[in-house]
Amino acid sequence: MFTSPILDYSLLAPILIILAGALIGVGVEAFARKEQRAPLQLGIALVSVVASFVQLLRVRNVRSLKAAIDSVAFDGATVFMQGSILVLAFFALLLIADRGNFVAQASAIPGSQDEHSSIAEGKSQTEVFPLTLFAISGMMLFPAATDLITLFVALEVLSLPLYLMAGLSRRRRLLSQEAALKYFLLGAYSSAFFLFGGAFLYGYSGSLSLSGIATAINVNSGNDIFLLIGIIFLMVGLLFKIGAVPFHSWTPDVYQGAPTPITGFMAACTKIAALGAMLRIFYVALSADVLMWRPIITVISIITMLVGAIAALSQRDVKRTLAFSSIAHAGFLLTGIIALNQSGLKASLFYLVAYGFATVGAFAVVTLVRDSAGEVTDMNRWVGLGKKSPLIAGAFCLFLLSFGGIPLTSGFIAKFSIFTAAYESGNTTVVVFGVLTSAIALFFYLRVIVMLFFTEPRSDAVTVSVPSLKVKFVLAASVIVTIVLGVYPSLLLNSAQSFASFLR
Amino acid sequence: MSLVTVLELTPLISAVLLYAIPKGNTKLIKQAALALSVVALGISGLIAYRFDTNATGMQFVESHNWISNFGIKYAVGIDGLALVLILLTTILTPIVLLAGWNEAEGGRWSVRTFYVLMLILESSMIAVFAATDVFLFYVIFEAMLIPVYLLIGGYGRGERAAAAMKFLLYSLLGGLLMLAAVIGIYIISTNQIGGTFETAKLATLHIDSLTENCLFLGFFIAFAIKAPLWPFHTWLPGAAKSATPATSVLLLGVLDKVGTYGMIRFCITLFPHATKTFTPVIIVLSIISILYGAFLAIGQRDINGLIAFTSISHFGFIVLGIFSMTSQGLSGATLYMVNHGFSTAALFLVAGWMVARRNSSQIEDFGGLQRITPVMAWSFFIAGMSALALPGISSFVSEFLVLVGTFTRYPVAAVFGTTGIVLAALYVLITVQRSLHGPAAPGNEGISDLNIREKIAIAPVIALLVIMGFFPKPVLDWINPSSTATMQAAGYSDPLPKAGK
Repeated sequence: MFTSPILDYSLLAPILIILAGALIGVGVEAFARKEQRAPLQLGIALVSVVASFVQLLRVRNVRSLKAAIDSVAFDGATVFMQGSILVLAFFALLLIADRGNFVAQASAIPGSQDEHSSIAEGKSQTEVFPLTLFAISGMMLFPAATDLITLFVALEVLSLPLYLMAGLSRRRRLLSQEAALKYFLLGAYSSAFFLFGGAFLYGYSGSLSLSGIATAINVNSGNDIFLLIGIIFLMVGLLFKIGAVPFHSWTPDVYQGAPTPITGFMAACTKIAALGAMLRIFYVALSADVLMWRPIITVISIITMLVGAIAALSQRDVKRTLAFSSIAHAGFLLTGIIALNQSGLKASLFYLVAYGFATVGAFAVVTLVRDSAGEVTDMNRWVGLGKKSPLIAGAFCLFLLSFGGIPLTSGFIAKFSIFTAAYESGNTTVVVFGVLTSAIALFFYLRVIVMLFFTEPRSDAVTVSVPSLKVKFVLAASVIVTIVLGVYPSLLLNSAQSFASFLR
Repeated sequence: MSLVTVLELTPLISAVLLYAIPKGNTKLIKQAALALSVVALGISGLIAYRFDTNATGMQFVESHNWISNFGIKYAVGIDGLALVLILLTTILTPIVLLAGWNEAEGGRWSVRTFYVLMLILESSMIAVFAATDVFLFYVIFEAMLIPVYLLIGGYGRGERAAAAMKFLLYSLLGGLLMLAAVIGIYIISTNQIGGTFETAKLATLHIDSLTENCLFLGFFIAFAIKAPLWPFHTWLPGAAKSATPATSVLLLGVLDKVGTYGMIRFCITLFPHATKTFTPVIIVLSIISILYGAFLAIGQRDINGLIAFTSISHFGFIVLGIFSMTSQGLSGATLYMVNHGFSTAALFLVAGWMVARRNSSQIEDFGGLQRITPVMAWSFFIAGMSALALPGISSFVSEFLVLVGTFTRYPVAAVFGTTGIVLAALYVLITVQRSLHGPAAPGNEGISDLNIREKIAIAPVIALLVIMGFFPKPVLDWINPSSTATMQAAGYSDPLPKAGK
């Protein structure tokens, strides 16, 4: 007999509002006139993000495992992560809306007559807004999902729009399309791994839900080999999303090829969603089996930090450098999973927000540094930027210092708290490596700062275009958050502390 | 609000106030910065006046919750050790501002930025000595690198960007090792007494010996890089050659004292057992520093390089005094920190004027200055005499105390240390002979003597060097109680004199 599912709409509303916004956006694409679309789409996107955030605030103290039958957990961690995704997505949307970062007509072949005419007609591809909203909805569902099928659906919902958006760059379109294809193929692979791992876990435990798997591990009912294979394959899918070594190779290419606002959105929000889901899976489902996976994650975390930090040293492209820095940060973030304690969860939540703001800010700066042909990401041409536009270059330095974990920036508190959590759990090795890697990483952040401030500008140097109001707003917000969270982190640490819990 | 907090904030607020002055009005900016740093000096004088020399423990304490999730507090307080170093900071800052009146011109950024950075640096140096919360100390310890980095890289000479980078990377590496140790001791405190960073509480922890050794090393290496102790010294000569004289004075005179200060305040106090374990190694390193610094100083042709290497030698003495584990040695080392601050200031400032006038920093280019510029030459001579610890000049008192303190526990080390004095005579006298005496080197004829501003700047330094040489008691009265307290807390008592035969 079929019983109709019981859904708690008030708890699902944050996600549903975003989805509704996305659908309206699709409608706008179909019915609104061309010149109205861009402002309309931006309005709809921002309004849905804000409305969703408001709804989230209204229900922030509700805790329930029954939001959507047994598939979505609405707990502290969910609220915190959904909230931070929404806030960061809000700023990313402002960047996306800024100006011609996107292709005029995606279907036109690069360099063709079609492309020229579409540019001449002043077309622009406004579908990016509903796509972003779809991605956001997936990102919000991913860390909240408590069974493997929902997790997989959320993973796909968040990934598919991103694959597409990565290919929408207005300039260097072939690079962008290559990035999109790479991202799609590797992403599809990793999704397959994820599904495969899920199947093994089901085979082991007879249950798709995280709590069912946890119970099965506790009573030790199944075949341990299945469990190990299941965990490893599931991990592959998740590690791919956060860009951990050895599943990181897509990151630099995609970060470089994708339109810069999308890169910022992806770097900040996808990391929250994917790491959130990882935290939930490892804390809720697999915590009893920590002895099996902790060594693996520890090794991966260490090599991720090292590869990210060392490879970044040899990069000449700003976006690729930031990509490797994001890889190094994925390694640092994994220590929060290794810690497997409440402080680890709290530290991870704080870290994700601190890193997210610095990332969005850094990519906002990248969108501003241009020459006549568009954005310039070749670092050699950023030389002497500090002399021409000290404020913008100064902001960029602040974000880099935050990435590097210099005290009085948010990044320092983030690193401090996540290392403290790892130390607390007795994993001192990873802390020592983390500290040493931070030193290496600092070198390349400082190298960029030297380039910006301590080197004379070259003749073919770039100009910083005057930021629009939207970009100014994004930059100001990122700078303020980065400093405030560095000087007075209690503002966010307290709420991270109170929201750092998973319902099992 | 405690007076110490007021003192910390004064230069910081001053820095903000400088922004009220238009960028182009450099003269007013300089005057304002100088005046405001004199205000800070006045406040520190008030603190010294109110300081109770009989009390043990911290005075002027203040404590507020800062990051409550980790039990981190804004906690400040000073004892005699911190007091003398804070006084050193507040006395030297107006002096270097006055002495380096024209240093900021020709920098990468505006004159105003130079003075803002200087004042921020002063504020953070006061704060770092006053912090009684390990986390607060660490944050300032790291954050203060940024103004120094900008001062060297933005206003220095020669390979300034590279030297600044080397300095920063070395310091940050040390700082990160210390961070791991800070986290470690915090976790231990969480398990034993509830998470805290208060130095006094952390000193009561029971730590197993392997962990204690690791944590000790985490702190010690950071401080040894800062101090700088051989073999962690390699960043220093480059930074000293590239920085402007004012920056060099604050860097070597005050900032590097954070290293030796940290050894006393954290290494010995928090990890007494590990200190015992590592003392022999550290004594050897400090002896090597003394001799290595002295030998390289003898061979230096660059006058700033010379001062840098003499400093390495002197820091060897300071570390030797600290780890002699006697209250005389510790008091001597603390006094040495102060004296070295003033003597380095005198050397760097006069050398800076000589370099600026002669447009060369090679020692052999300075021949015959004694006749051409007597005041400048005499100033350099007295500064040099304080570097070789001539009796009657303050350095003698501290060097003597260090060697006596060391001799009662480690006679062999003291003997080696004493040879450092002989070598000091060598490097100072050779330099004095080459640069001040003999025939005037070509190009020196037209050099002008110190002007009135420069005389006013150097006079207090030389006066202090001489006064403290004859009458060190007031300073020692501040220092002695805290040295004794440190030794007692670490479980050491002075060795009884043995009857010799």
